[in-house]
Amino acid sequence: MAKILLEMKNITKTFPGVKALDNVNFQVEEGEIHALVGENGAGKSTLMNVLSGIYPYGSYEGDIVYNGEVCKFNNIKDSEKKGIVIIHQELALVPEMSIGENMFLGNERGSKARINWAETYSEADKYLKMVGLTESSKTPIKALGTGKQQLVEIAKALAKHAKLLILDEPTSSLNETDSKALLDLMLEFKKQGMTMIIITHKLNEVSYVADNITVLRDGGTVETINAQGVTISEDRIIKGMVGREITDRFPGRPDVQIGDIKMEVKNWNVFHPLYPERKVVDDVSLYIRKGEVVGLYGLMGAGRTELAMSIFGQSYGIGISGELRLDGQTVTLKKSTSDAIKHKIAYVTEDRKGNGLVLSQSIKVNTSLANLDSISSRGVIDKDKEYAVAEEYRKKLKTKCPTVEQNVGNLSGGNQQKVLLAKWLFADPDILMLDEPTRGIDVGAKYEIYTIINDMVREGKSVLMISSELPEVLGMSDRIYIMNEGRIVGEMKSEDATQENIMAAIINSGKEASA
Amino acid sequence: MKNSPVMAFFQKYTMIIALVVVMIFFYFSTDGKIMYAQNINNLISQNGYVFVLATGMLLCILTGGNIDLAVGSVVCFAGAVGAMMMKGGINVWLAVIVMLVVGLLIGMFQGYWIAWVSVPPFIATLAGMYAFRGFSNVVLNGFAVAINNQTFLNVFGGGASCYVPDFLGGNGMNLTCMVAGVVIAVIYAVITIRTVISHKKLGIDVGNLAAKYLQTAVICGVIIWFFYKLSNYKGIPSTLIWVAVVMLGYNYILANTSVGRYLYAVGGNEKATLLSGVNTKLVYFVAYANMGLLAGLAGILTVARATSAQPTYGQGYEMDAIAACFIGGASAYGGTGKISSVFVGALLLGVINQGMSIMGIEANYQRVVKGIVLLLAVLFDVLSKRQKK
Repeated sequence: MAKILLEMKNITKTFPGVKALDNVNFQVEEGEIHALVGENGAGKSTLMNVLSGIYPYGSYEGDIVYNGEVCKFNNIKDSEKKGIVIIHQELALVPEMSIGENMFLGNERGSKARINWAETYSEADKYLKMVGLTESSKTPIKALGTGKQQLVEIAKALAKHAKLLILDEPTSSLNETDSKALLDLMLEFKKQGMTMIIITHKLNEVSYVADNITVLRDGGTVETINAQGVTISEDRIIKGMVGREITDRFPGRPDVQIGDIKMEVKNWNVFHPLYPERKVVDDVSLYIRKGEVVGLYGLMGAGRTELAMSIFGQSYGIGISGELRLDGQTVTLKKSTSDAIKHKIAYVTEDRKGNGLVLSQSIKVNTSLANLDSISSRGVIDKDKEYAVAEEYRKKLKTKCPTVEQNVGNLSGGNQQKVLLAKWLFADPDILMLDEPTRGIDVGAKYEIYTIINDMVREGKSVLMISSELPEVLGMSDRIYIMNEGRIVGEMKSEDATQENIMAAIINSGKEASA
Repeated sequence: MKNSPVMAFFQKYTMIIALVVVMIFFYFSTDGKIMYAQNINNLISQNGYVFVLATGMLLCILTGGNIDLAVGSVVCFAGAVGAMMMKGGINVWLAVIVMLVVGLLIGMFQGYWIAWVSVPPFIATLAGMYAFRGFSNVVLNGFAVAINNQTFLNVFGGGASCYVPDFLGGNGMNLTCMVAGVVIAVIYAVITIRTVISHKKLGIDVGNLAAKYLQTAVICGVIIWFFYKLSNYKGIPSTLIWVAVVMLGYNYILANTSVGRYLYAVGGNEKATLLSGVNTKLVYFVAYANMGLLAGLAGILTVARATSAQPTYGQGYEMDAIAACFIGGASAYGGTGKISSVFVGALLLGVINQGMSIMGIEANYQRVVKGIVLLLAVLFDVLSKRQKK
């Protein structure tokens, strides 16, 4: 057995009224990739925050033994000195600054009074090469895509002489190609002797990179699974995470009579609002029938969100052209989201915190926001009616909260998503465009969201489900469109669709474009 | 995540507790003078403009911590225009309407740039602050203009007789005032109890009933005490009526109308609000247009109180209004804040001002103290929020 690099013993961390970690034990061997999995709120991030000194010594119980000595970190700087570096889920880069400036932010080369720029950029270039980036370190961060920004974060960690690298959901905002590249880079680092901890929701990644898997549930360690040389099935991991076998990850298609074409777009084109010469949606035509769930699969950056938002009252893009038909009739929507809502179209954003919810307000206020008119007369809100509505949707969608007066910001991801769905269901649309409806929420909550989607089509609504998770698209759709680089590159019935032929459609379209 | 009930109580009523503590402090350091009927009366009539401006300012702050720096100059300009009109013998009501319209137009002008051209509010209103100070000088020709119109002064609280007349004719005590106080307290109690009953019927969580009724009883007590004090002086100052109309009206707007809801929503998350089908630009415009209108009203109250218009009036008023909002716990990032808290914030500022004046503390030191209070209030807010996390 290899040397134990890190041991966290009987860690207990209490927040006012809540035990976030309860006697957690966690061991990491030198030179391994250790995956930390668990549902949202299981305590993964809290555990890593304890490790990195964000929660200082004394604010938790238990011991951290690193490299054979007991550590008492008071802040991040202390843990970084020992070579423990954490890369957070939300990227912490300043978009306006160059790669080099970002890499040594707070750790500047040269003296305090005079930064040594030559050293900064040459060092930065060195680390960039290590993560396989060819960009100059003078490139501003904003010129890079998310995938490359993630690599810069890793290079930044290397520049701090990391011995133990912690990656908190590093691939959550990356497309599949970039994710694969990142995981391969991790395997490469492993060969060079680096120890890594990865927190992730994507279980296929776990099986791909991890040597050991520790499962947390409700603030306690459930088990550590040794994955060296064996393939651990996703179902095996899920069982540990939720404490029971999940036989079906999807509720199955409901028995719904699929009706006439509800919405159709023809030859739809959209240009980028900042770079008017860039076409983000290119001659797209698609339709959705009444009672149908249509999956729109594509990698991040394929133009899916842009397509949906441009249909939704031109809330994205410029130079939008094409035809929109509702119930067979051509309509022209004004450049306003309220006009789209009037035409019974809803767009449920992928970014629930940024674009979806008012976090400082209650569930009640968020639920009614898109349809205040229906519960008010002459601009005065009937607050009792509003409460009743919020209560109704709380019960219907099984949102877990003490009362609907609770602030949305205090809810878990899955429950926030339910509030967002409640808001749009209350707006009573016929067509719902759901953009990544299950992003960043745990397995149990996902199943509930799928059930809600099925209920929508049962009520005769039409759903366009945008997703970059193949199993979800395959498990939930009646029909699937595949989008790549702004164009629809394939359409198939769900019975005919497999992971392989969907990926093939994307790869073939790429070949055509380059040919 | 329950804090101890004592902490929760302190957090909820911080500013009210601070107000009581400050009043007790001044009660002893001024030998009780601060509680004289006349001083209680002055608290309202001297600070009428702060209450009105802070109400408008709260709406702007709600949209995302945006402030309006121009209000002091607009107060002066609207007042100057009105004073010149009344001097020229124009009908008083026409002058009043013109003053309000002038304020509203300025607000709309600034709101247009802010909402549709995306000029940062700080800059748009800084421009207004310079420009309308200049215009005030131009309109007044650099001189003070006296206001002699008695109707104007009576209605808007100027001079010596700016009180609601005593219809009931009490003996040494303003009976009308006392009766009004009792009636208001009773109405308040009835509304509270009716809301509780209707909420209970609908199954809405009403919280701790005993605490709620105790709170209501305390508020009713304070209302009656306050009117008792006023009735021992000259009765209800006309300024109080304007302050009450504005604050109660806007309290209703913020709590119960869709416009109010949109102001909170835009401040909480503008993109989400936009994607919910709300015209967010219009929301910004409304906040600033409204601020202009209330600055017009504050201008009327200011020149009435001083019985004249001068080019220097209104200087620093914007800061008083902003301070009242933040002391009252409005978030500097927008999205949260209540009229009732702003009322307490403005009152706290007023009490501190008056207490120090009675104690004979020099004006410059008064500013220092005000600055410290503002910092402490915001500091407490930030720290208590951090603790919650």
